[in-house]
Amino acid sequence: MYDSPLRKTEVDTNASKISARDVQVYYGDTHAIKDVNVEILDKTVTAFIGPSGCGKSTFLRTLNRMNDTIDICRVEGLIELDGEDIYDKRVDPVQLRAKVGMVFQKPNPFPKSIYDNVAYGPRIHGLAKNKAELDEIVEKALRRGAIWNEVKDRLDAPGTGLSGGQQQRLCIARAVATEPEVLLMDEPCSALDPIATSQVEELIDELRENYSVVIVTHSMQQAARVSQKTAFFHLGNLVEYGDTSQIFTNPVDPRTESYITGRIG
Amino acid sequence: MTDATYTGGKEPAKHGLLTVDARTKKRNASEKRFRMYGLAAIGAGVFFLVVLLGAIIANGIGAFQQTFIEVPVYLEEAKLDKTGNRDPEEMAKVSTFGYSPLIQNSLWKVIVDSGAETPLEDGGDVKQMISASAAAKVRDWVLANPDRVGETVDFQILASSRVDGYLKGRVSRESIAQDKNIDAEHLDLVDALRAQGVVHKSFNWEFITGADASESRAEQAGLGVSMLGSLFMMITVLLLALPIGVAASIYLEEFAPTNRFTDFIEVNISNLAAVPSIVFGILGLAAFIQFAHLPQSAPLVGGLTLTLMTLPTIVISTRAALKAVPPSIRDAALGVGASKMQATFHHVLPLAMPGILTGTIIGLAQALGETAPLLLIGMVGYIATNYPEGVFSGFLSPNSAMPAQIYEWAKRADPAYYERAWGGIIVLLVFLLAMNLLAIVLRRKFERRW
Repeated sequence: MYDSPLRKTEVDTNASKISARDVQVYYGDTHAIKDVNVEILDKTVTAFIGPSGCGKSTFLRTLNRMNDTIDICRVEGLIELDGEDIYDKRVDPVQLRAKVGMVFQKPNPFPKSIYDNVAYGPRIHGLAKNKAELDEIVEKALRRGAIWNEVKDRLDAPGTGLSGGQQQRLCIARAVATEPEVLLMDEPCSALDPIATSQVEELIDELRENYSVVIVTHSMQQAARVSQKTAFFHLGNLVEYGDTSQIFTNPVDPRTESYITGRIG
Repeated sequence: MTDATYTGGKEPAKHGLLTVDARTKKRNASEKRFRMYGLAAIGAGVFFLVVLLGAIIANGIGAFQQTFIEVPVYLEEAKLDKTGNRDPEEMAKVSTFGYSPLIQNSLWKVIVDSGAETPLEDGGDVKQMISASAAAKVRDWVLANPDRVGETVDFQILASSRVDGYLKGRVSRESIAQDKNIDAEHLDLVDALRAQGVVHKSFNWEFITGADASESRAEQAGLGVSMLGSLFMMITVLLLALPIGVAASIYLEEFAPTNRFTDFIEVNISNLAAVPSIVFGILGLAAFIQFAHLPQSAPLVGGLTLTLMTLPTIVISTRAALKAVPPSIRDAALGVGASKMQATFHHVLPLAMPGILTGTIIGLAQALGETAPLLLIGMVGYIATNYPEGVFSGFLSPNSAMPAQIYEWAKRADPAYYERAWGGIIVLLVFLLAMNLLAIVLRRKFERRW
């Protein structure tokens, strides 16, 4: 059941990147997230696991204020990125999202060329002064997305023409092109086949060198393989948070144990 | 969940696959019946379409052909340019009354030369065969070519609408018994001249390019000026309805908060789309003419009124097109730090463009064929002036529009106008068809998959 992790499981750093204090999220009258406290570490892969509808995706989306686009959604509590409250009135969500990139469940490349997909973020943020610089950024991002070798000869081809796994790696490349500090991934492999999944997983492990990665996943094996820290959500509560090795081998909470042994979910 | 020991109830009878049970038979029969209903409905639809198109073409095709009489007109210098110095101002003093006898006498000469026997005596007796517009046409030509005075020039002169009707089978010897405009002798002459090719039918560009004519000159009437009226109205509609409609839709779809106020607006837009067009007409009359004092019968006012009518159509189709763009595209754009406006204008709007264009063209086509609002703002009636002098007067000087012109013709007593009304319908349908085709082509061209 517990696959061997891709690399070492020890957490490299204890520097906190995002800290959440007593976070509550409401959808209209529904209390979706209750009293969540969590410290997300820098240069670490943190996995959010839990049964469907437990709020892990909702919580993920509060970290870069993607929930702002939903009218009825309300967030309370404190979420800090490097000590700054991201829900402060002075914070422009657009700037926040440039720092906290996101990769979605379904690969969603723009219906444009591969090059334009990656170049879009740097363009709107003015990261490149000229075409040569932009080319460089695009190549670097595609290399980080582990897709450069497959697409370098057809950067003008539409991004939507790639296979599912390639599309998802393209989306990851697009997300890293804006040089974010945190990368949020909402079930990035759920629409992919096992081979594409393993490619993306390897990529996530490599991304850890530069970013703090938060990944929501349904697959406990995946969480065990790629993450160093794991948070278990149940019915909107953060039940347990700790080192991945500890959560999967020696969970403290009976609910966590029930879930990872397959009795609830 | 299931209790294997449960023995109550009846075991269902076992069937082989090769025997069809009654229930399946019934189901198949009803499916077959439903297909027949569908086919019958489509058949009825196609039948009516064929009948409609057949009727329109059969009735209207005649309007594109017109009867002409080939007459070599002697341009007598003593009548047309008494001083003989070809001074245009002097020559312009000769009115069409000076030209009519020349044309009539020339026609008489043609008749005499043809050897046809007739009890008629001179040129004055055959004037009923010629369109009243002929003199003006010859005069215009002479004023444009003053050096040709004194020569004999071949003219294709419009035959009167009775002669035209005789060639098209609309007028017969029986039907003219009470008709003061033409006699049986004229028809005999037409027969004789037709045999020699002097009287003939040919394609009538004037019908497509010309202006409306008075009640007694059906043969001269054309759609051209009202077409320009329609064109200027459509320009007004396009320039106003497209930006306003698209901006309103983008705001409502992408930016507006969902609350009672936006719900209220949404309901009202849907309702406006269903409001009868005559209501927009009276609104236009009250707002643009009586309140804002814009000129009556002007294409600008017609365009404004039709804009009101077209806006809901454009808003509804634009919103549908925006809704059809998958939310994942918006997420993707927001996820890399695009602002809402950047996400909308860089990604959502281009993807919605084919739908927006299609909706706009359909809306314009609807506006192009709309008549009722034009009745109320006075865009129907006899427009005696010819082409507008320029773009400015195109918007502001009184004009008609294609459907209003057709309505106007259908109202007139002369059956020749009835034929022209059908002909106008054909032209209108060609325009509508072309616009719908354009919508389809644009949609095909810009459609993208994601």
